[in-house]
Amino acid sequence: MVNFELSQEQKDISEMAMKFAKNEMIPKANEYDLKAEMPLEILSKAWELGLVNTCIPTDFGGTGFSTMDSMIITESLAYGCLGMNTAIMANDLALLPIVIGGSEEQKKKFLTPFTESYKIAAFCLTEPGNGSDAAGIKTKITEDGEHYIINGQKMWITNAGYADLFTLYGTMDPALKHKGISAVVIEKDTPGIEIGKPEKKMGHCCSDTRSITFKDVKIPKANMLGKPGDGWKIAMKTLDHSRPMVAASAIGGAQCAMDYAVNYSKERHQFGGPISNHQMIQTIIADMAMKIEAGRLLVYKSAWLIDKSESNTKLASFAKAFSADMFMEVATDAVQIYGGYGYSKEYPVEKLMRDAKLIQIYEGTSQIQRLVIAKEVLK
Amino acid sequence: MNIFVCVKQVPDTETKVTPNSDGTFIETSSIKWIMNPYDEFAVEQALLLKTANAGSTVTVARVGSVQDTEALRTALAMGADEAILVEGDDNLDSYMISKALKGAIEKSGKTPDIIFTGKQAIDDDCLQVPQLLAQMLDMPSVSVVVGFEGDDKKATLKREVEGGALEVYEVTTPVLVACNKGLNTPRYASLPGIMKAKRKPLQNLSLGDVGVSGDDRRVKYSNFQLPPEKPPGKKFDAMDEAKQAEIVAEVVGLLRNEAKVI
Repeated sequence: MVNFELSQEQKDISEMAMKFAKNEMIPKANEYDLKAEMPLEILSKAWELGLVNTCIPTDFGGTGFSTMDSMIITESLAYGCLGMNTAIMANDLALLPIVIGGSEEQKKKFLTPFTESYKIAAFCLTEPGNGSDAAGIKTKITEDGEHYIINGQKMWITNAGYADLFTLYGTMDPALKHKGISAVVIEKDTPGIEIGKPEKKMGHCCSDTRSITFKDVKIPKANMLGKPGDGWKIAMKTLDHSRPMVAASAIGGAQCAMDYAVNYSKERHQFGGPISNHQMIQTIIADMAMKIEAGRLLVYKSAWLIDKSESNTKLASFAKAFSADMFMEVATDAVQIYGGYGYSKEYPVEKLMRDAKLIQIYEGTSQIQRLVIAKEVLK
Repeated sequence: MNIFVCVKQVPDTETKVTPNSDGTFIETSSIKWIMNPYDEFAVEQALLLKTANAGSTVTVARVGSVQDTEALRTALAMGADEAILVEGDDNLDSYMISKALKGAIEKSGKTPDIIFTGKQAIDDDCLQVPQLLAQMLDMPSVSVVVGFEGDDKKATLKREVEGGALEVYEVTTPVLVACNKGLNTPRYASLPGIMKAKRKPLQNLSLGDVGVSGDDRRVKYSNFQLPPEKPPGKKFDAMDEAKQAEIVAEVVGLLRNEAKVI
């Protein structure tokens, strides 16, 4: 049967996260965007309220949210600030491989500390020469007795400068392509980790993005998730979960852009009345509302499939590609409705348009999502 | 110690209020309900007092309709231990609500050491329930409280008076404290708090259970209507110097004869 209604608890969660977004995030979003600085104070407050690391199961001190619940939370947080939400979401992205592929012992060791205080994690997959072609990663994992030695460079790593924990993908043998990929957990103080300078970005400016060089970084064998060669499987499963989450952030951002545009269209008077009376503006707003709802339903369905333990690869890519492209359109149209004011940094939609662009790029570009969809459809 | 908080559920401040079809009350079907903002200070102060006094419990009581239980759910999610809901219409008067709250507190089986309320509800702004309830329970009450220091025996209360001055009260428990903005910063309901809230005890009572009947009504609402719409303002273009004298005469005439302000 089909039921589109959220439970009372989910409505409460959404309302609470939205209250946090409106009271704590939105008032500071512009300031942190301009100074391009991690808002640690806001992030740790979010952690205290249980808004961070929603993927950690109750057995390890987590709150025990369903995937659906975490979509609702992500949508609200992204409504507050896409950049702050990226910093929050990157924790989930880095911890999910442990939730998915870790042993009980590894989960206890690595996940539990994240429930005891605000800690930061970073997911290290992309390299300077490998983005979409993730199976071609070059970072080497070499066996050395009871240890593994890591050598290589990672690029565009969110949270890199502040991370307590890194989840890294490397290859034991590049010739094996994706079958040679393994996932390991690296703790912050391990010698040989060189963190690069913060990248200067178009949007998501308050999230921390850097390159990391791993030089003879020695970790115990117990830090490998699953067996050697399990990395690809773990990464793909992680993406099945994280792509709907990124799509949820697009919904939050788009909803925010639309709310601003709707309010502005009622206040702004031209030709003797509010511009919301003009049909040209009305069609833009109607399209926004329609597309946001369509994206939200795709997010919900892709999350619902995970909660039912069913494959959601196709739906996750539907949700990610549709919502990211939709957010870009909605944010661009919001700027259009604001006219000249929309182009100014004094008004909030300019930031949303910059922030929207990244959603079409990270976590698999809109083009890669279409390849995934086509592969699923044609198989 | 037994700490009680009385909360009211009110329409969200952004609600566009309209009378219902027969004008006997406001239309409530499409309202988004929230906890009365002043009551959030009451809940927060109760939780702070609970933390400072190990073994204390915080019980929240509310009288009103059951369509939505937002206010009680929020209080439980913020950290209150249990809740009592007296089911009744949303249009009860202050006397009926006070009597129902008294009954609910008595039915809880706990003797209150302290009762916190908001200083007023932002919907009808009657400012009566705290004082009526304290009178019915035969305990002192202090309202518009912006400072609280106390324990299970006594409390020092700061109360705001006209001109921003403060009155300081020393009271012994049991006492009713009606809270004002500035007393504290209400916490958010945390996500784990929201998850825990649904497992906390909620007692449902009817008005009959707490000894309230229609005969207790002191105020009967007869008619609700929106204020008449303001006629649009008039604009005068006085840019043309040749016409200025004429326009000034017209404006003065209108102010004198139509607006009757000069």
